[in-house]
Amino acid sequence: MFFVYLRRELRRRIRQAIFIALGLALGIGLVITVVAASDGVQNSQAAVLHALYGVGTDITVTEPPARGSSVGTTFGFTQEVKNIRTGLVAPGTKISINTLATDQYGIIKSGVLARVTRQPGVTGAAGGLVLNDVTVTGTVPQISVGSGAGSYKSSFTSGTFNVDGVDPADTALGPLSSGKITSGSTLTAAEANADDAVVGSGYAAQNKLAAGGTIDVGGTNFKIIGVVTTPQSGDPPDVYIPLAKAQQIGKNGSSALTGDVDTIYVTAASAADIPAVQAEIGKLLPSATVTDSSDLASEVTGSLSSASSLASNLGRWLSVAALVAAFGVASLLTMTAVARRVREFGTLKALGWPTRRIVAQVIGESLAIGLVGGAVGVCLGYVGTVLIGKLAPTLSATVGPANLSSVTGPGQALGSAASSTLKALSSGSHTVSVQLTAPVTAGLILIAVVLAIGGGLIAGMFGGWRAARMRPADALARVE
Amino acid sequence: MYKLSGVVKKYRKGGAVITALQGVDLDIADGEWLAIKGPTGHGKSTLLQILGGLDRPTAGTVDFDGVSLASMPERQVTRLRARSFGFIFQTFNLIPTLSAVENVEVALVPLGVGALERKGRAEQALAAVGLAQRLRHLPSELSGGQQQRVAIARALVKEPTVLLADEPTGNLDEGTRDEIIGLLERLWHTRGRTLIMVTHDTSVASRAQRVGLMRDGRLTVPDPADRSSA
Repeated sequence: MFFVYLRRELRRRIRQAIFIALGLALGIGLVITVVAASDGVQNSQAAVLHALYGVGTDITVTEPPARGSSVGTTFGFTQEVKNIRTGLVAPGTKISINTLATDQYGIIKSGVLARVTRQPGVTGAAGGLVLNDVTVTGTVPQISVGSGAGSYKSSFTSGTFNVDGVDPADTALGPLSSGKITSGSTLTAAEANADDAVVGSGYAAQNKLAAGGTIDVGGTNFKIIGVVTTPQSGDPPDVYIPLAKAQQIGKNGSSALTGDVDTIYVTAASAADIPAVQAEIGKLLPSATVTDSSDLASEVTGSLSSASSLASNLGRWLSVAALVAAFGVASLLTMTAVARRVREFGTLKALGWPTRRIVAQVIGESLAIGLVGGAVGVCLGYVGTVLIGKLAPTLSATVGPANLSSVTGPGQALGSAASSTLKALSSGSHTVSVQLTAPVTAGLILIAVVLAIGGGLIAGMFGGWRAARMRPADALARVE
Repeated sequence: MYKLSGVVKKYRKGGAVITALQGVDLDIADGEWLAIKGPTGHGKSTLLQILGGLDRPTAGTVDFDGVSLASMPERQVTRLRARSFGFIFQTFNLIPTLSAVENVEVALVPLGVGALERKGRAEQALAAVGLAQRLRHLPSELSGGQQQRVAIARALVKEPTVLLADEPTGNLDEGTRDEIIGLLERLWHTRGRTLIMVTHDTSVASRAQRVGLMRDGRLTVPDPADRSSA
């Protein structure tokens, strides 16, 4: 009788039932679309962060460059510029200067890496060096009195690429961890002191480099043993060389880098340990910048960041508002429907139907509408997510330390061409393009079912409450 | 069966207190047919609702088979309505979405009767009121008289001890009225149920064993010893 009565009643007010179901469907569909889009944005962010940060890395430790120190790229040109200006180098002299130096971060002594490794909650730590290889070639021009730096501009050409010194014994951490070797092989512990390099696929394609070839890094000829690509089309380091070789040939200003690193990549025992590990490292290195992936996420800018903000702010509020409106309308219409059936329920009470049975009948009807709305809502939500996948533009994410003010040095004296290149490199910004997808997961379907049941129950409870409150005598006396 | 003593019913309407019943005393015997006559708005339906456990008196006692309806917990009153009282309304009060047989089945739902037995008993009840050929019809497909027959079948299907009829012919034409009253009279005779009928129609009331007159909330009713067999 329950289902016969329910079916007939819904058929009687089919238009109202469709209206309520569609309202719920729209709300639920919107929630699915927005949550899926938000998940998609988060997935994209995770992919971006993995590409930029390293899959296995939980925390990155860097020291800011010391103010007024020689940290930063000097190009090692100070003396040469002086020589040109003072006439020690004659006009017409051909020069070719190559330097490999740190310029983004301050130096961390190797003993610190060992101490970080011993911190509770740390399961792994690896050091790295972020270096810039800069080559300036040209012919010293005739300098007339009063001429500025601009007069050098056309006389020199510069070539730059960034080089990461990675620990070959622990490539599961750091910049190589997210890479995929597309040809050749990666660096292993066996190549710890070898003149072997792995080249980023973008840089390799741009400069026609391949595994088996060679590349000059800081004046040393390295054999290219592999080409690596990152999961996203990002802007990863151009060249990876063993950390020991980077420490050997790289410079920090005019100082050697023996045993030094400028970045420490840390893996925590679990996600829950990350804040504690971060705090411990902060105590150990009070001046260090200790970031985890969530810190980096907050630094992400670009359309991906905008999409994330849009999904998490406007989208969620919009879907909550739509749901509240749908639930409200469903509740009101159910109460109205109950009000129209006062005598019917009064009759049932007179026939001995317990109140709970009448309430269950009303809730059952609302629940059925809610489930239909939920099913339609899942379909609408799925269509919404498909449309997002098809129509959403490619998003870009930019992450960078953006501490350009710290990037200063005599290199700027070489003129605007070299200076701008330096700035671009020194900014360390990485831009990654990602295609936004909105995955519909089982969890999301579950949310939709819960919402549908919740919507039906809320509407039914309002209606049921109204039905339960009726006194049979009053209900039967109602004139319809 | 029923013993009412000093029953008063007051209710609020638009801020004013209306006294619908003013000290009603009444005894109704088992198997009796009592008609309560009187003008509209003088408390007949209120009295019927109190007798059927649909409302409670403001004061006084209402005993049914030795138990007090006025102080009985709502759950027990509901059970009593399901088992012992059969209601027949002026406006039939059929569920518009259910067929004739389903409408009759509705009365057996709170008794926990199984679906198959429910259907069989409902069909028998409809056959008893002459609607064996209209089982699947919706109320909107039946005439007023047929709808009231369905309502009578619904009231009788659970074999109640009391039939409470509130103006059962009030919405029917004269011919149909006689037909329905004839049916009720036949059923009362054959089944021996107590029948309490509220009506303003003298010709209908005159068919009862005993006729009470309700005016301004006061009931005047002949002594049970004066009841005559119809």
